[in-house]
Amino acid sequence: MEFPISEVTINPLYLAGIGFLVGILGGFFGVGGGFIAGPFMFLIGVPMNFVVGTDLAHMTGKSIVASRRHRVLGHVDIKLGFIMVIGTVIGVEIGAQLVELLTNTGNVDQVIGWAYVFILLLIGSFTFIESVKAVRLIRTERIPARDAVGFSGLAQRVHGIQIPPMISFPSSGIVSISLWSVLGVGLLSGLLAGFLGVGGGFVRMPLLVYVLGVPTHVAIGTDLFEIVFSAGYGTLTHAIKGNVDILMALVMNTGAAIGAQIGAVSTRFFVGPRIRMLFSFLPFIGAALVVLRLLGILGGQF
Amino acid sequence: MSESRYTRQELKRFFLNFAIELVIYGGMVTLYFLLALRYLADPLKDLYDNNLTAYAVVALVLIVVQAVLLEAFTSALIKRLGMKRSE
Repeated sequence: MEFPISEVTINPLYLAGIGFLVGILGGFFGVGGGFIAGPFMFLIGVPMNFVVGTDLAHMTGKSIVASRRHRVLGHVDIKLGFIMVIGTVIGVEIGAQLVELLTNTGNVDQVIGWAYVFILLLIGSFTFIESVKAVRLIRTERIPARDAVGFSGLAQRVHGIQIPPMISFPSSGIVSISLWSVLGVGLLSGLLAGFLGVGGGFVRMPLLVYVLGVPTHVAIGTDLFEIVFSAGYGTLTHAIKGNVDILMALVMNTGAAIGAQIGAVSTRFFVGPRIRMLFSFLPFIGAALVVLRLLGILGGQF
Repeated sequence: MSESRYTRQELKRFFLNFAIELVIYGGMVTLYFLLALRYLADPLKDLYDNNLTAYAVVALVLIVVQAVLLEAFTSALIKRLGMKRSE
């Protein structure tokens, strides 16, 4: 089938298939999935300038579907999501400025690429070790699965910061936390997203769990809620630059919307530590794909 | 949040409802795309070539409509069919 906007001919079933796969991952783990969809889109012949923009467009639709489903399941903290968005937007701008600064020094792709790999490996390793510990805690200490976090020290310290204004997030079970802590986490995830040029869902979900102490299921739903805004904004800016093939995005979303529902509903059958354990493999896959691109084995830009 | 909370019968009913819901929703998103391709492909291409700002807004609206309205329509249809949503 020919897509008139990007002027390429691609089998729509491939696009819907990629959307379906990324939709399941997004609905289940609360990530946008751009680090997996991007390389696949490039491999099936989508021009590189259309990969990022079109991926963001389909990500917007998929995140709406998944976050609506998570909201019904009680997994979205809207208040937390809106406050995080503010920090994230500021962080993305700072991250983008950092990239501009680095561009002037040259070799920016390699620096950002290896920084990305390092951060992905760090998140993957940490989440894996923590979730294994949490699963053991459930078995040996008989701790309720909801409360089982193998590394809760950081969240306790963050909750101890008493810089006003203090706010509460009943949907996340947070009685009192400094607004600045929440904005800081949003800023950090936005900074990494802006610097690395990714959606940041794989950074935000662990930060919500380990730094703010949000239950895993709520972290997933709230992360998706935030992706709706960040990906929607990204779609607009990329479309203005001519980098979005909306017909392609609509095909991808036919698969992604179904996959996202399956992913979101599946979280009902898994406890938080198990989801985190499965999640920990995603950053490793992402890191492997980036290394392949940095070494020139897989085409496209980092 | 664990599987042990559900009886076999509850799970069977849940998955059946969910499968029907997905078939209805899947059919609608596919139909929506085919209609967009049939009637909007040329106007969208014109807009893309001549006014990228308007194209960007229309693109975002199309994707949001696909996600929000069709999901809401599926919910309404499920309700009308007398089924319980798999939630």
